[in-house]
Amino acid sequence: MIDILQFAFFQHALIAGVLISVACGIIGAYVVVKKIALISGGISHSAFGGIGLGYLFGFDPILGALVFSLASALAIGVASRKGGEHEDTLIATMWATGMALGILFVSLAPGYAPDLFTYLFGNILFIPASDLLLMLALDLLIIGVVYLFYNELLAVTFDEEFASIMNIPVQRISLLLLCLTALTVVMLIRAVGVILVIALLTLPAAIGRHHSTRLPRIMGIAILLGILFTFAGMWLSYLLSVPSGASIILISAACYAASTLYVRRKHHRTGSPIK
Amino acid sequence: MTDPIIHLEDVWFSFNGTPALEGVSLDIYERDFLGIIGPNGGGKTTLLKLILGLLAPDRGMIRIMGEPPERHRTDIGYVPQYRTFDFGYPISVIEVVLMGRLGHIHRPFRKYSLEDRKIAEECLAMMDIADIADRQVDQLSGGQQQKVILARALATEPRVLLLDEPTNQVDVRTEVHFFEILRQLHEDMAIVLVTHDIGAVSIYVDRIACLNRRLFVHDSGEITEDVLAETYQCPVELIAHGVPHRVLKEHDREESP
Repeated sequence: MIDILQFAFFQHALIAGVLISVACGIIGAYVVVKKIALISGGISHSAFGGIGLGYLFGFDPILGALVFSLASALAIGVASRKGGEHEDTLIATMWATGMALGILFVSLAPGYAPDLFTYLFGNILFIPASDLLLMLALDLLIIGVVYLFYNELLAVTFDEEFASIMNIPVQRISLLLLCLTALTVVMLIRAVGVILVIALLTLPAAIGRHHSTRLPRIMGIAILLGILFTFAGMWLSYLLSVPSGASIILISAACYAASTLYVRRKHHRTGSPIK
Repeated sequence: MTDPIIHLEDVWFSFNGTPALEGVSLDIYERDFLGIIGPNGGGKTTLLKLILGLLAPDRGMIRIMGEPPERHRTDIGYVPQYRTFDFGYPISVIEVVLMGRLGHIHRPFRKYSLEDRKIAEECLAMMDIADIADRQVDQLSGGQQQKVILARALATEPRVLLLDEPTNQVDVRTEVHFFEILRQLHEDMAIVLVTHDIGAVSIYVDRIACLNRRLFVHDSGEITEDVLAETYQCPVELIAHGVPHRVLKEHDREESP
């Protein structure tokens, strides 16, 4: 373990793990309490359309992912509020259409598509140093926005109706949260890929919720767990020569299952309500 | 008479073509204690949502202090029907009550001032729940949760309190206590109480209105059985304190519009 710490790529991966976990913990907490995990899944899969477009026209696929995920976040936010189509149908459509577009664009792109697998399943061990700065910037943006709009986000995610009566711009705050989710998703694509994003976004926060009844504390726990899971996943990946994205997710899922069992047994003993 | 705080004039509303309210006119004044009764699905909650500007009427006019609802709805304390949101949300009692201040904060980012916190704490004390300020709302009894929601409404420093079936899920002792609190609050604000509990209404309210798509307002301070029967304009199976009643027939005017 110690010797691989000397490698620059591994140091980058560790830094990336921390930076990703910060965004993931903060936004993941909202995703879990607001129950928008499926929306996040829709956003991440539709990002694949942008990745394909990047391959087709030869620009950075992550930029395409950024544009597609933001666009799909806004689309789902506006469409679900306007009513009409059922939200879950919309999400499912977006989810599959994004993937279909991605595959179509990649197949139209000339030649072989390198790293395509990386975008689907992630590889935190191959994050270029330049991406770390972008991640840091996104973290600062997310921390800043959540700090400033904390009361509004709390009101809108807790009780939209009352927030409306208090004349809080519910629509705009909801869209803000979805856009922050989209940004976080793009960061996570680097680590675990579009297909696995939804798990890393929700599992640390879901465990945090098992063990705390305060939003800021849930965020804190989720950040620490995110760091733990990504580090453990990387270590496992190195040790067993298995994909890092899959390792991270499987460790997260195992811990979530353990935490759920622990909370249930505690509930049985004390009779306190399950969160 | 002074101007009404809330004014509805010939308000019509329908859900996807199904009429919910027809030609509703209503004035609520400074010192009112109005009870609105009526069968389930009669449009009681819809009426409150229209007053609050959460729904827009198909026709007619709604004014709060002479202006459209959006402008002054922050001066209305709304107590929604029990459990219309997730009590499992990781939030403390004081955080919920503080939300009642949000409508009065016009600084960017709406951070709470010391004054806001003081008002929220006073509202908790008024509801006799200051000791559970830091508890998570899911850990409370039904009665305590209802007090939290009322405290949040009071934190808006309302001129009118709108309550939608406030005692639906609480036991009789809590209910009596709750109505005593309302009686005290009535010294400072108007109260509109939506309920199907005629027993409770007949003790506390000054005026009564019956809503079943159409609204029949009965301007009377005294509520006798005769008055109730007349208000309902239909046979009422049973009127007794704490006993559920059932309306057997629709209003006569309903059938001959």
